[in-house]
Parts: sequence; C-alpha cells; structure tokens
Amino acid sequence: MKESIYFDYASTTPVDPRVAKKMFEYMSKDGHFGNPASRSHAYGWKADEAVEKARTQVANLVNADPREIVWTSGATESDNLALKGAAMFYKTKGKHIITSKIEHKAVLDPCRQLEREGFEVTYLDPDLNGEVTLENIRKHVRKDTILISIMHINNELGAVNDIKKIGDFTRKEGIIFHVDAAQSTGKLKIDLNKLNVDLMSFSAHKTYGPKGVGALYVRRKPRIRLEALIHGGGHERGFRAGTLATHQVVGMGEAFALAQKEMDKDNKKIKDLSDKFWKEISSIEEIFLNGCQKNKVPNITNVSFAYIEGESLIMALKDVAVSSGSACTSASLEPSYVLRALGRADELAHSSIRFSFGRFTTEREVMEVAKTTKTVVEQLRALSPLWDMYLDGVDLEKVEWVPH
Amino acid sequence: MAYSKKVIEKFENTLKNPSAFNVGRLDSKKKNVGTGMVGAPACGDVMRLQIEVDEKNVITDCKFKTYGCGSAIASSQQMIEMMKGKTIEEAKKIKDKDIAKILELPSIKLHCSVLAEDSIKQAIADYESKKA
Repeated sequence: MKESIYFDYASTTPVDPRVAKKMFEYMSKDGHFGNPASRSHAYGWKADEAVEKARTQVANLVNADPREIVWTSGATESDNLALKGAAMFYKTKGKHIITSKIEHKAVLDPCRQLEREGFEVTYLDPDLNGEVTLENIRKHVRKDTILISIMHINNELGAVNDIKKIGDFTRKEGIIFHVDAAQSTGKLKIDLNKLNVDLMSFSAHKTYGPKGVGALYVRRKPRIRLEALIHGGGHERGFRAGTLATHQVVGMGEAFALAQKEMDKDNKKIKDLSDKFWKEISSIEEIFLNGCQKNKVPNITNVSFAYIEGESLIMALKDVAVSSGSACTSASLEPSYVLRALGRADELAHSSIRFSFGRFTTEREVMEVAKTTKTVVEQLRALSPLWDMYLDGVDLEKVEWVPH
Repeated sequence: MAYSKKVIEKFENTLKNPSAFNVGRLDSKKKNVGTGMVGAPACGDVMRLQIEVDEKNVITDCKFKTYGCGSAIASSQQMIEMMKGKTIEEAKKIKDKDIAKILELPSIKLHCSVLAEDSIKQAIADYESKKA
C-alpha cells in the first residue's frame, strides 16, 4: 500500500469540504467576522444570524427546538455541563447517579468528580453485546436517583442502546436522562420529539464538522435546569458564557445539515462496505467480533485477533490508520476498559482493533485493508509463541505464566 | 507510539523474513537446548527464547517467538543478535539497559527490554539445569 488509508472515523472525521468553505466566510475582514453578541451594528447582526441558522440546522437533525440547543466547545464540555450542571441544580432532590462502565471518559471522569463532591454513582455493566439494558437500570434505581447518563452508541464497539425504552422509564420515574450522542449524529435517526431524553451531547467533528465545537440539547418541556460551569456574560441563555466561535458554530450547523440530507445515502454505502469487509476478514481463524453484528452501527467494526498483540498489528498495518484497545497504544498501559467490561479476557482486549469507516471510504480501500490484514495476521501469528501453543493444543488458561 | 527507526526496521525485517531473523523453534527436549518463556498473555507480552549451546559453552543457535508490541518483537531480535556466538558467561552479562539503549526505547516501553533480559536468564538457567 502506498498512500495511507484512514479507517479511524470514529475517532474523528475530516471536515467536509463544503463545510470548510462555509466556515471561511465567517473569519476574515471580507467575511462576517463580527461578534454575534454585538447588538449595536450589522457586523454583530450578521454573525448572530449565522449562529441562529446553525442552531436551527443542529436542532433539525434531531427534531428539537432551536432554543433547546446550547453551543459548547465539544461533546466533552457538553457531558460535563449536563452531568455537573444537573447534579448541582437538583442535588437537594437526591445524590444518586447511574451510568455505565462503558461510557466515554467525558462522562466517567465528571462522575468521578461528582463522587468526590459527595454524590453516589452506580456504574452498570453492559451485557455481552455491549448494551446497557433497561432491566439492569431498573434494578439499580433508588429513591434518591436524580440522573441517569447512558450513551447512544458506544465509541469502541458501535453497540447501540435503546434510549427510547430507557427514556420512557426515566420520564415516568421523574429522573433526568442524559445521552451522549457524539457517535450517533448522521448514523442513526434521532427524534427528540419522540424520545424522552432530557439532555443530549453532540460533537461536530465526528460528523464531518470542525473540532472545538459541540452542543448540548437541554429540554424545555418539561424544563430541565442546569447550573452553569462557565460564567461571564450570560451567553447561551445563561447556560454557557463566552463569545461564540461563529465560524466553528457555522461549520457544525452545515455539517449537521449535510448529515440530515445525506444520512441515508452515507449509511447505505457504509453498511455495504462494512458487510464486504467483514465477509473478507471473518475467514481469518480465531478472530472475535467485539459487540454484536445485530445491534451495532455498521461504521464501527471492532475485532480481536487472538494470539496477536494489537499494537504490533497496528505497526504491521502501517499504512492504515486504525485504533486499538491494546494497552500498548494507551498512555496508561491498561487494555480497553470497554472490552474488559464486556467480560473479554485481557488478552483479547490487547489484541483488538477498531476499524471505522466513513463518508469518504471507498470499496478499493476496504478490499485492500482486508487483504493486508489477512497477510499481517498470518505473519504475526508466525511470530507468536501463543499461536504455536494454540496449534499444539495447549490450553493457555492452564499455563503458569510468569507475569512481570 | 513514536519508535526509533531501529525498532521499526527490526520489527519490519522480522515480519517480512522471519526465518532469516531467527524466528522459530528449537527442540526443547535436546540436552544442549535451553528454553526461556516469560511474560503473560494478560499483560500483553510473552517471549519465548531458545538457545543451542555447543561443548565449548558457545551459543551456536538462537530462536525466538514473541507475542507483544512492536518494541517487544524488536527487543527479542536485538537480544538474539547480541547473544549469537557468545559463550554462556558472556551472554549472562547482556543487560536490559544495553538493549534499550541500542533500540532507543521510549521510557514507557522499557519493560520490553527487561522481558528480553529475563528470557535470556531463564533460557540459560534451563540449559544449565539440564547439564547439571
């Protein structure tokens, strides 16, 4: 392979050229560079107009009211605002929060912080397919539960949670329901008119928009209140102060409008490519799909290649950009906490690769990567003492290892 | 992971041409073969090193297989290059720091060279216990 192939769309996406073009119109002297909060002149009005148009574009994708959209710096800030903001506002009602072990760190870390501030958090296990079930949530709800945060699509597995069912339950119980939907815009249809979700986090850069901008949906009926994290001028109806980054916001709006327009086309193509890819690589012996084919989005395929360590696989796939649950690719030297929560053995977590496809993925790329993957898996297994042992019929569980 | 050129080169050579780069197995039942296997699958690396020793205590052949990250595989390769043709006494002096230095391993990967040294020690101990 000569040029590099990008199969890490779940990590970030390139900005769609049509989005980039729009963004340029809101930066320089020739464009609308004004401060959207300036009410006294046309520069401000123009910028404000663009921000409000973008707000409507974001709201339209998820069938919400534009007044329910609050701009943030990204899904991480949205998650922080939702969790800390709701917990702080409603703390007199109760101190208990429920989330899952496979949430993004942008949810888990704020939860840890809330624990330090006196809240109690229950971290639920997903089922073997990576789904957090309502049944499990029900079992852990307490009288003082004020907030439940469950992601829509898991970023490592692509597993989808039934947020309709969970929302119907939380609404009945009077518990606030937050959903991290960073991975789902443009992948799954979201209708906030029908979903009983109170708070939803969005990211622009996972959906062909720019990095550095996101949004939080805050329901108006019934009205959800939050304590702001950032103060300084009362922008965004007091939810989040700070001059809006007009060009970023415009980029997110445009990206979400494109997602709405092209979602069906994109998804059909990606499903087709994903099926072809899986058909090719599933002929490799001793590989395991992490998650479940029936309940995942097709853009993410997370596979464990037994008896091979993930980082070496990434090195061998040197012209392909993918990510791994291997400890060696993380700063912490811990294997993926998501795969561990699924009950995958550590060695399978170490050997996992996430392939994620997107709008610009081509069939040629998919076939090429499938072919290369087959070759390097064979090469790396030829180097693996564990593969030898497997072929010799040794039960690796029974070997006395010498950990170091 | 920002690896040095040496790690990448060793890794790629090993991958593309395993037999020329000492990948393989020796007959562990032979009296003059010592086998060392260290690490654990759950930790993400397992190294198996084997040495064949002649009557003058010289290491005439070495083979390895490694499950692990790129630097673990490169460390195994480096270690073998340093051992071949050496006497047992000389091989005992190979230290993890030597391997790490040559390969310019990043600090987060130093355990790979430690693992390599451990596997040498174990292989030699196995050989010596057979001889005794």
